[in-house]
Amino acid sequence: MSRLLEIEDLTVDFSRDGRVTSRALRGVSLTVDAGEAVGVVGETGCGKTLTGLSVLRMLPDNATASGRICFEGQEMLELSTRELRSIRGRRISMVFQSPGTSFNPVFTVGYQIGLVAERHLGVGRKEGQALVAETLHAVGLPNPESVMRFYPHELSGGMLQRAMIAMAIICRPSLLIADEPTTALDVTIAQQILRLLRRLQREQGFGVFFISHDLDLVGDFCDRIAVLYAGRVVEMGATAQLLGRPRHPYTRALLEALPGRAQPGAPLPTVPGAVPTALDDAPGCPFAPRCPLVVERCFEERPVLASVGPDQAAACHRWDAL
Amino acid sequence: MSSNLLELTGVAKAFPVPGSGRKRASIRAVDGVDLTIPQGRVFGLVGESGSGKTTVARCVLGLTPLSEGSIVFDGIDLATTDSGVRRRLRREIQIVFQQPMAALNPRMTVDNLIAEPLTTHHLARGAALRERVGALLEDVGLSATHLHRYPHELSGGQAQRVVVARALASGPRLVVLDEPTSALDIVVQAQILNLLVELRDEHGLTYLLISHDLSVVRHLSDRIGVMYLGRIVEEGPAEQLLDSPRHPYTRALLASTRGRGSTTLDEPPPISGEMPSTWDLPSGCRFHTRCALREELGRPTACETTDPASVTVGTRHFAACHFADHVRVAGGGQPGPATPAPDPSKGD
Repeated sequence: MSRLLEIEDLTVDFSRDGRVTSRALRGVSLTVDAGEAVGVVGETGCGKTLTGLSVLRMLPDNATASGRICFEGQEMLELSTRELRSIRGRRISMVFQSPGTSFNPVFTVGYQIGLVAERHLGVGRKEGQALVAETLHAVGLPNPESVMRFYPHELSGGMLQRAMIAMAIICRPSLLIADEPTTALDVTIAQQILRLLRRLQREQGFGVFFISHDLDLVGDFCDRIAVLYAGRVVEMGATAQLLGRPRHPYTRALLEALPGRAQPGAPLPTVPGAVPTALDDAPGCPFAPRCPLVVERCFEERPVLASVGPDQAAACHRWDAL
Repeated sequence: MSSNLLELTGVAKAFPVPGSGRKRASIRAVDGVDLTIPQGRVFGLVGESGSGKTTVARCVLGLTPLSEGSIVFDGIDLATTDSGVRRRLRREIQIVFQQPMAALNPRMTVDNLIAEPLTTHHLARGAALRERVGALLEDVGLSATHLHRYPHELSGGQAQRVVVARALASGPRLVVLDEPTSALDIVVQAQILNLLVELRDEHGLTYLLISHDLSVVRHLSDRIGVMYLGRIVEEGPAEQLLDSPRHPYTRALLASTRGRGSTTLDEPPPISGEMPSTWDLPSGCRFHTRCALREELGRPTACETTDPASVTVGTRHFAACHFADHVRVAGGGQPGPATPAPDPSKGD
């Protein structure tokens, strides 16, 4: 498989008045191959959404990104705004968490999706609308011709999410960034949306960068998973290996904290303390203060992501104790 | 008098539809719910958005008057007009909300937030008040260092602990937990779930847990009720209901839970379509428009014409389905002895 996206040592700093106020990403490296689904999991604030936004260079003005993001051979961090525009929505598109706030409420759904086609594919209004109808049909919306004339508030959350997916795939991108695409939906609808994404991925062969806080969900959808903690990748591996035998204590903690696996009513294993702040620059492992396996070395020397087995890498001095 | 702390009988809540004019149209968000919770037990109510589970919670809290039916708490009908009794009920029935940040006044510090219910109900003052606040703080796993913080200085998990402390302050016997962890991260969710179990055991609390997350409901509940379009369609002991669900909707919900392996994503979804609007209730069985079992059985007419009554499908296990004895889950446990499906022609 060919390499689609390569992120190397990506750091994102937020600053105000020339001073760095938050170091949100601290050297994230990961790759997505063509047609592959890669999941990025972690808790609120770990930098998973920021990683996705960095790929599209949609960061706020006070953020500075450094490192390398290479997509289909192009250095994303060096492109001009004009060049970026020809990639966003065409080669890379994004599906957001809350479909209700991602559409403009004053235009019809069909018009908004049509704009993407007109902008990128050079088609006229009429041709664009025909393509919209075809795409809405492909994402499983019944009566596409009438759905097109609806305003966003007239559709349910599930239908809107399908419409957003239609907007994302209308130009047949090679990479789809899905940021918590089912979090705002009911479980039965979430299953329908996941199946839709899987079917489209099979049919069109795009790679998926799947951002979620839900390990089970990512486990179902993705070929490989990266676990983020405090702006760093702490473990990365093929889904079966990573979930079957986590080699970073944080990954294990995330898995054990899920209530579905425990005896009902029994105490769930949790880790004490909280995620370090985005300015904390203590040497050593960021997880050390909360880690059940911690040794002195963990506070002195920062572990780097190193291979711990076939298709699996962990940033932990004590991975072999797991 | 039974040992039930809470008893709902035929509870219904209709909301008028604005702008419907003289016709006075209304939607029935809750449409005939019966449930009982014995003292010290946890009843989990699951369902999708719009199924009416939060409306049930609001009725139990007395935040909204019932349209029909009755709610009896510790032998007292909630509809009582005796203001002294009503005040006591307010103390004894409390709630933990979903969004901790939205449930806390941003301009009050933690100690004032926790003291507020104590002063409102005249339960403590002066030194005793300070002492009680300190004890509550400790109960929920916070320390004196948090006393003078404002909500924005707390993490989501800490804020939810403050919300729990506020609910406990008035010494409630029943706590309604409305999606208590759905706004929290996994590790924090586990911490709050552990706290809720501990508090139940320590204070002998009774919980009405409302959640869309089956794994959370499974972890806490003794009994589970599954709601669909304003009705409880299946109810039973937690383990039995989850191991051998007898209503096709419960079966579909279980199949929709995460972590079932990636190959399942290539199969058809466990349930198609979306929940119809309470505006426009399907005829007969409310679930028939999405029911996979109905399709398997070749669309029997009973589903479309007759509203199924709740039948006994096991020990203290009920399901409202004409064909509950046909429901099996692959790899599931032994189905309980079922009473024969009612003759559909009789109606109900």
